Amino acid sequence: MIKALEYFLEIIHGAWVTTRHFVVNMWFHTLNLLGIKTRRKGAVTIQYPEEKKEIAYRHRSLHRLLKREDGRPRCVVCMLCATTCPSECIYIEAAEDPEDDEFQKYPAKFIIDLSRCCFCGFCVEACPEDALRMDTQKIELAEYSRLDLLYDLEKLLQ
Amino acid sequence: MIETLIVLAKIILALAWFLTLTLYLTWLERKESAVIQDRIGANRASILGLRVIGLFQPFADAIKMIFKEDFTPPFSKKILHNLAPFTSFFFVAVTIAVIPFGDKIEIGGRLINLQIIDTHVGLLLILALLSLGIYGILLSGWSSNNRYTIIGGLRGAAQMISYEIALGLSLVGLILVYPSLRLSEIVAYQGQHFWGWLPKWGIFLQPLGFLLFLFAALAETKRVPFDLPEGESEIIGFFTEYSGLKWGMFMMTDFMEVVIISCLITTLFFGGWQVPWLWADGFHFPWGTVWVLPRAVVVILQLLAFNLKVFFFCWFQILVRWTYPRFRYDQLMNFGWKLLIPLCFVNIMGTAIILSL
Repeated sequence: MIKALEYFLEIIHGAWVTTRHFVVNMWFHTLNLLGIKTRRKGAVTIQYPEEKKEIAYRHRSLHRLLKREDGRPRCVVCMLCATTCPSECIYIEAAEDPEDDEFQKYPAKFIIDLSRCCFCGFCVEACPEDALRMDTQKIELAEYSRLDLLYDLEKLLQ
Repeated sequence: MIETLIVLAKIILALAWFLTLTLYLTWLERKESAVIQDRIGANRASILGLRVIGLFQPFADAIKMIFKEDFTPPFSKKILHNLAPFTSFFFVAVTIAVIPFGDKIEIGGRLINLQIIDTHVGLLLILALLSLGIYGILLSGWSSNNRYTIIGGLRGAAQMISYEIALGLSLVGLILVYPSLRLSEIVAYQGQHFWGWLPKWGIFLQPLGFLLFLFAALAETKRVPFDLPEGESEIIGFFTEYSGLKWGMFMMTDFMEVVIISCLITTLFFGGWQVPWLWADGFHFPWGTVWVLPRAVVVILQLLAFNLKVFFFCWFQILVRWTYPRFRYDQLMNFGWKLLIPLCFVNIMGTAIILSL
């Protein structure tokens, strides 16, 4: 009998919780609809394509290759990123530039296959030249074809 | 001739009111659940870029359901399979005929009753039609050629029959108190007042009866917490094999039952279209003030009161649906047979003893 009474009280308590949520949220919704600014909004929803949540500073997003002051890529083709990549999605082809005194080696091709990339960030950690970073804050990378997900030197240097 | 036209107009208006309310209950359900759970809810459906807080969502849903494939499973009983959703739909849609929307009004020297048929067995008719809705469940479960649906249908039938008893018995106390089964007379009776100030509504006459009726009625609508027949999220229910508009009709039936139950609660327990202290010629406040109003204003106030009460109970039923978890099957049966029905008998006995004193 006591048990039944407890159940009954909990039923009422449950209804009270949902009613409170309804009334409080409706109050803020109504105020916002009337153009009155409130301490908080009626819902925690972020209306995604229109408003976007700020991405954290350290978030690992789309890769980019950094340039030197003269505009050439900083990459010296040491192949550490391609070696450390667990999904083996980095493909680099080296080329030689005899006119440069400091770094003769430069990448002729640098392709990251984003359809394979798992965004672990190991390539960034491995890079001794700080040539590769993942701080573009771009996360909407969907494409209609897989070939469009092969990011080459031109795309990565942007 | 003109009588027929009036009846036709009343049927069309009542059905339009009923179906529009049903349509927008789907919207209300989405929005209310969203507000309860700190979300926004469906707001993307638009006409020419006009969104209006998702008010076009029911139309988007309807268009989607109309253009879906209307699939009939192989080796099913085709005729019964097609008949089932219509049976379900029809028996609920007809019940609106006996609900009184307002007082009698006089237009051009002709008394018009704001009720499609004012039959002297109104209450029994509604209960009978609501029980006939069980055929839709059984037929759809049986004709789908699927073992899960037939088990779902049987579950539904068992639940409906169990709670039908409680539903009927919870109203017996009310029938003892009220002078008639005619719904218009029941509403008129509730226009009186205790000690000149407390309206003689069913809730004050039969508080226990109201609670019992509420629980039994919630079970009758087959929605959460009593949604074992369909169990849309996990267990497979009786309309698993339906798609498109036929599935939509089962869904509509659920929402129509919500509306009809709200109408019934309003009519039987909350004074129907009666506004407290509002008499035919205006407000008569208990402290002696009389506030005379024209007849038209009184009628409009009464119609508004009826609508407001019905909306409130629709809101309340959706609140219940989004608050409580589903019963287990044995809990459902225990609740129905071991708690509701004995309490119904207690209520009947108590009412009878008090009335005979």
